[in-house]
Formats: sequence, structure tokens, C-alpha cells
Amino acid sequence: MSQINRLPGGQIDRSQSLDFTFDGKAYQGHAGDTLASALLANGVRLMGRSFKYHRPRGVLTAGSEEPNALVELRDGARKEPNTRATTAELFGGLSANSQNKIGSLRFDLMAINDRFANFLTAGFYYKTFMWPAAFWEKLYEPIIRKAAGLGSISLQEDPDAYDRGFLHCDLLIIGAGPAGLAAALTAGRAGAQVILADEDFTLGGRLNSERLTLGDQSGADWAAQTVAELASLPNVRIMARTTVLGAFDHGIFGALERVSDHLPQPAPGKPRQVLWRIYTKGSLLCAGATERPIAFENNDRPGIMLAGAMRSYANRWAVTPAQRVAVFTNNDDGHRTAADLHAKGVAIAAVIDVRPDAPLSGDYEVIAGGQVINSRGRLGLKSIEVALPGGGKRQLSCGALGVAGGWNPNVHLTSHHRGRPEWLPQIAAFGPAAEGPKALRVAGAAKGDLSTAGALRGGADEAASWLRENGFRASRLELPEAEDAPISITPFWAVKGCNRAWLDQQNDVTVKDVKLAHQENFVSVEHLKRYTTLGMATDQGKTSNMGGLAIMAELTGKAIPEVGTTIFRPPYTPTAIGAFAGRDRGTHFRPTRKTPSHAWAEEQGAVFVEVGMWLRAQWFPKDGETHWRQSVDREVLATRKSVGICDVTTLGKIDVQGTDAATFLNKVYCNGFAKLAVGKTRYGLMLREDGIAMDDGTAARLAEDHFVVTTTTANAVSVFRHMEFARQCLWPDLDLQLISTTEAWAQYAVAGPNARRLLQKDC
Amino acid sequence: MIINHPLLGPRDSAEFTYMGDAKLIDRPDWQDPEALAKFIDYGYMRDNPAGAHRELWYHEQGDRSFLVVTRDTTTHEISAVELARDVACSRGRSR
Repeated sequence: MSQINRLPGGQIDRSQSLDFTFDGKAYQGHAGDTLASALLANGVRLMGRSFKYHRPRGVLTAGSEEPNALVELRDGARKEPNTRATTAELFGGLSANSQNKIGSLRFDLMAINDRFANFLTAGFYYKTFMWPAAFWEKLYEPIIRKAAGLGSISLQEDPDAYDRGFLHCDLLIIGAGPAGLAAALTAGRAGAQVILADEDFTLGGRLNSERLTLGDQSGADWAAQTVAELASLPNVRIMARTTVLGAFDHGIFGALERVSDHLPQPAPGKPRQVLWRIYTKGSLLCAGATERPIAFENNDRPGIMLAGAMRSYANRWAVTPAQRVAVFTNNDDGHRTAADLHAKGVAIAAVIDVRPDAPLSGDYEVIAGGQVINSRGRLGLKSIEVALPGGGKRQLSCGALGVAGGWNPNVHLTSHHRGRPEWLPQIAAFGPAAEGPKALRVAGAAKGDLSTAGALRGGADEAASWLRENGFRASRLELPEAEDAPISITPFWAVKGCNRAWLDQQNDVTVKDVKLAHQENFVSVEHLKRYTTLGMATDQGKTSNMGGLAIMAELTGKAIPEVGTTIFRPPYTPTAIGAFAGRDRGTHFRPTRKTPSHAWAEEQGAVFVEVGMWLRAQWFPKDGETHWRQSVDREVLATRKSVGICDVTTLGKIDVQGTDAATFLNKVYCNGFAKLAVGKTRYGLMLREDGIAMDDGTAARLAEDHFVVTTTTANAVSVFRHMEFARQCLWPDLDLQLISTTEAWAQYAVAGPNARRLLQKDC
Repeated sequence: MIINHPLLGPRDSAEFTYMGDAKLIDRPDWQDPEALAKFIDYGYMRDNPAGAHRELWYHEQGDRSFLVVTRDTTTHEISAVELARDVACSRGRSR
């Protein structure tokens, strides 16, 4: 029960201890933890098994880009598969289970797949399951279906409600890191209607993960103070736990607010999630950046994670993944991780920097010009093998390795209208697409401004410029002094000669697979993606695409921008189908329509059939009748001999009025109505323009200028549509009005020799 | 998408039903000597432009107006919205 890897400090609430279970075992964490940070605090690095090879896996990241640490959260009908432990907020009583294994997580029987790795390479489906053809349906497909997918679903109805909502604003700011907060402050103070949305439950972005100061405050304090000011402004709406999923046409954005995901169950009357449609005049993407790994042999063991994530765990959640850690980097950012963990009392085994001129440290060893070439540890990292600059190798024991390969701007939303990201050589990454959605601006790390000062300035400036262009008076924001380090990065994607080095950990795609794709001539990025499935998992390759592109570039002898990049689609992160359905479930999606005689028919024991959502009485069985034919024959004979009535209210009905009503009906039916006498009814046949029958019904003339026509039950809507088209688009000058009266009028058919007598008696 | 309805102002396209090419307004005269060929063209032949396209949108979840919307099929930019009845009248349609 002890949190052996908990460090001092952090932004968790130590006064609140929360009990939770993982794979049935009890643990404790604190309010403010995610499931991932709480597990790491308890010394749990192993959190799942990989998709194809069933390799042991732990967290790679500390955010929504997580490819590995996917769990089944909650139990029973609320069980939710493939939930990222890195974003799942801890609550008391939370229960989570690992997935994609047979047997226990430690001894997964499916791990045998890893031994057959040579056989399970890219395209193995296409190559292997070709012959004999007869085996496909009976043998191959059932096995593949069973092996595919990760988590399992509950197969029970979701007990929670999901809502849909609509919002309007002047400026939508996506992301509440330094750029987003500076932008929101600028626009909020100028009086614009602002929505500030962030997927995290604490606003501030990387400010909460770094030790950097803003003026004389910590980043986290500045963020909290700024959020407090924004919250006091009536024209600013702050939406935490809200992911902007996609940019759609004409300034419309989709966003998912997780209202109750952080609670055991929603408060009474509250939905679990709300899918918002946000109508904006302008928008500003401040989504930050995602760190990328470096590929080396066996780089997927639990304990190996992104260096920035390691820093988030240490600074925000006061957790270290192990008591002795190392860092592998190609830029200055990796050194920050070592310094921050060292400051918290964690032993640093070494910083391995591929750059021969790497900055050295007095506190721990820096191996400049070194490379991590392999790792050991069956269920978690035990040691790494380092190639030294002068030749020779060294084993370094460590329980965790932070990998820093540089940062990729989160440009996803700029691609949602098919804009292609553009190469930014200064940070060796793709930046926002020039042809992005209209009125979507980009600022901060998402634009490639990777320093804190750059992000603050960028956010404030972009907001100010939008405000001025849209008639607001923006005053210049006083920005606190912040870190403004120049970027020093040596692009380095993969250790030379590595093969079983993971690029896409969620879909188990290795460097070897990319090499194979190249060898088999799948060199276009779109082909590479589909053949190897690189970047096609639920994380859309947030941490893996760049590595794959870089290796393909090297193999084809091209520069990365020449190889090109794939683009992103909505949603930004996986979204539950329930959120899209909202309240439209069951009869809210497909209502039951009842005729006026329904209650009476029920009393008579009618057997109903569903026709176009209507419940229609089919026949009325009497005592002693055992077969529907007996009931139907009796009813037919009664009608033939005397009289029968039938509720035909389900037919469509259209009220046609105006001095040109008869002229109009002459035009839309193939038979004539002009001479129909008042009080009479006539059958009418409607044809398509190519002469094929479209619908039929009757027209009753109630007055010179008033008809009621019927349509078939199924075509009630389409016939009305067609008549409106004819009225407005074909003969616009007719004096004519149409009203759909399907739901307003009941209708009965009275048939048989005594039909007239029945009506004379009753009416 | 947002369609700027001439009578009701900007409305979400979800309130509308797409009803196809606005050339459906130009229904041929059945007494025309070329009626057969013209009806084949009217019934089956459509242009598929990459760019400006005039099309019918029916405000089915609203006031039931048919609108002629000029939309760029490559960008979804909407450059004009007219009442279909006005368009039909201006093209000489009458009983």
C-alpha cells in the first residue's frame, strides 16, 4: 500500500487519500492523480500488453497521446475499454483492469507471439492467410477476430446519459497552456465573448509540468492566478476536461466535455459527457506540442518513457517511475528532465546525449556523443546498454529511461480541412498547415514557438491581432518574464542498425517493418501507413508518425519534407459513440407512433405489426382461434357479408388549399382532379419524371379550393417534400398552400355491403 | 456548415435537406418537340463541378423554404443564397 515512488512537492492534494484497485490489487493515490501517476507512485510500471506481440508495456506519455497504458476502467455496465490511464482522473473506489492478455498480466500466454515476430511482420495477413483459400472462413478469420482489438466491452446498456449542446462565441481558444492563457486574458479583457477549452482537468498545460518561473511566480501559480482572473470575467467561459475534437466548416467546432468521467458515477440529473457544437467567429489553436521518442532496440519496455512525461510526473504529480533513472536525448530538453529529477532526490544514472558537444553537468554524468542501443528487463526496465563515443559499450542499471527526441507541434486541427503540415527546419518538425481552416489561427508551441516566453507572446499577439481585425480594442498584455532558451536540436530519429525498435507502440510497428515496406516498394507515406499500420491506432500516431517518416526518408535518400506527411482527421482523441448518440437512444431515436384506436385495439387483444414506426393492428384473435388465418378469414368474411372497419391513420395526409389546388393536383398526379365534385374522393397515381410509379393515394375534395390527399405510410415525408418542390420551384405563381396533416387527422376505412348503413347510423 | 437563409438569417445546415442540383428548377416543357431528349437530360444528367455549384437545400426542419445555395464544392464556401421561388420566377417559370 505504500507509495514508494512518491516524491516531495507536486500539485496533488496529500490530505486526500484515494483507494483504488488495478487488476484486483488495492492501491492508494491522492486527489489530483491520474491512474497512471498513482500506479507509478506505487511502483507499478507494467500496465498492459501490446497489440500484436503482447509485449509488456507501461506508460510512454503523461497525456492524451498515450499509445500504451490502455485499461478497462470501472466494472459492470459502466466498464469502458481502451481508456488511457494517463488521462483517467483518480477517484476513490476506482477499479481498473489490464487488457489484451490471456492469463495474468505478468504471465500473458499470448506473449508467445513475440517469439514468432519474424513471421508477424508488416503485411503478414496478406502474405500468410492466402492459402489454402478454404481455411479463411473456418480457421483464419475466427482466430484473427479473437486476437484483434484490445479491451472488451460490457455488452450491457450504458446507464449514463450523454447530452448535446450548442455554444456561440467570438473567439474559441483551444488549449490553456501559456499561449492559450495569454490569448484568453487579452481577449477577455477586451470584452470579447471567449471560450477557453482544454482537455486537462487542471489548466496551464506544460506550466504545471515544469519548474520554470514566470516573473517571481512558479508556472503553476501564474496559471492558477490567470485562470482565476478569467473565471471572474463574465464574457469568458472556461471549459476544462473539454477536448476540441474537430474543426468543421464555417467556424464550427466539435468539443467533448467530460462532465462526470472523474466521478464514480454522474451526480443525479447530470450527464456523463456533453458533445458541444461551438459556433465561432474566430479561433486560436494553442494545443501545444507532443514529444517524440527515439527508436532503439527494445525501446518499449515498461519504464522507458518520454523525458517530458517523466518531468510531468515528477513536477506535477510528485512521482518518479523508478529510484534510479537515465535520460537519452538529442536536444537540451532532455537535460531538464535529469536536472528536475535530480532536484527531487532521484538518482540519475546518466544523461546520454547523441550530440558530441552536449552541455555537461556537475551533478551527474553526461555521456556526450553516446547512444542507447539496447535495454534489458522482462517486465520492466532493469538496465540499458550504451554505445560510448570512443567505441566500446557500457551497461547502466536504471529502472526508468526518459527519451527526448524533440517536440512536434500539435497541428492536428489545422489538417481537418485537408491542409498539409509544413516542415519547420529550426525545430525539425512539421508545423501548422498553411491551408488550414479559415479563421483558425495558431500560436505557441503548436506553431513551433517552443519557449515559454515565445508561447506567451505568441498567444497574446495572435489574440490582439484577431481582436483588432474584428472591431475590438485590445490593450497590450503585460507579460511576466519567462524562459526564452534558443532551441538546440540535432535531428536524430533512430539508432543505426536497430530493427526491433518500436515506432508505433500501439499497433506494434517497428523500424524493421518500415524497412520491409521500403524493400517491398511501399515508399509513399500513405502506402507505408496502410501497409505497416503505422499511426493507424487510436492515437493517430501522435508519438510515432515522425519516426516512421524519418526512417523512410533515410531509406529512400530523401529529405523528410520531400517524403511528406500524412494528415489528421477528427476526432482529435477517441470519442465514445454514446456521446455522438446523445439522448437519441431507444424510442428517443425511433419513436413509437400509435393510431387513435390503439388503446381500443389493445383491449381487443390485437396483434400489432410495426410499419414505418407505426404500430398497426394486424388482426384480432378471438378465444379458440389458434392460427392467424382463422382470425383473418373470420374478419374477411364479416366484411364481405356485412361491414368491417380498419384504422388507416398511418397513411400520410396532406391538406391542399388555394384557388389553384385542383390545377396543382392535375400537375403532380398523372390523372385529373379538376372535374372532381366537392364531397367526392378519387384515386391518384404519382409518377417520377422518368415515368416510374412513385406513390399512390386518394384525394378528397372538401371544397372548391380545398383537398385532402393521402400518401402511402412509408412515403408520407418524401411525397410532401416533392409537392413542396413542385409548388416552390416548378410552379411558383400558383395560389396554393400545403400542410402535412398526417398526425392531425385520423382516418378509417369502412368497407362491406353495410358500410353506408353503419355511417348513417353513426354520423 | 451555416446557410444564410434570406428570410431567417444564419441557420445550421443540419436543419436542411439537400435536394440536388438547382437545374431541377428548369423542368422542360412536355410539349416541346425535343421533350424526350430534354427530359432524359433533366432526369439523369448532372454536372459535377469542382468549384461553384448551385444546389437546392430544403429547410425541412424550419420554414420549408427551398433555397438555391451557391457552394464551392472544394472549400464549402457559400457565395450566395436565394429563395428558390424567386429564382424560379426570374427564370420565367409559371403555370
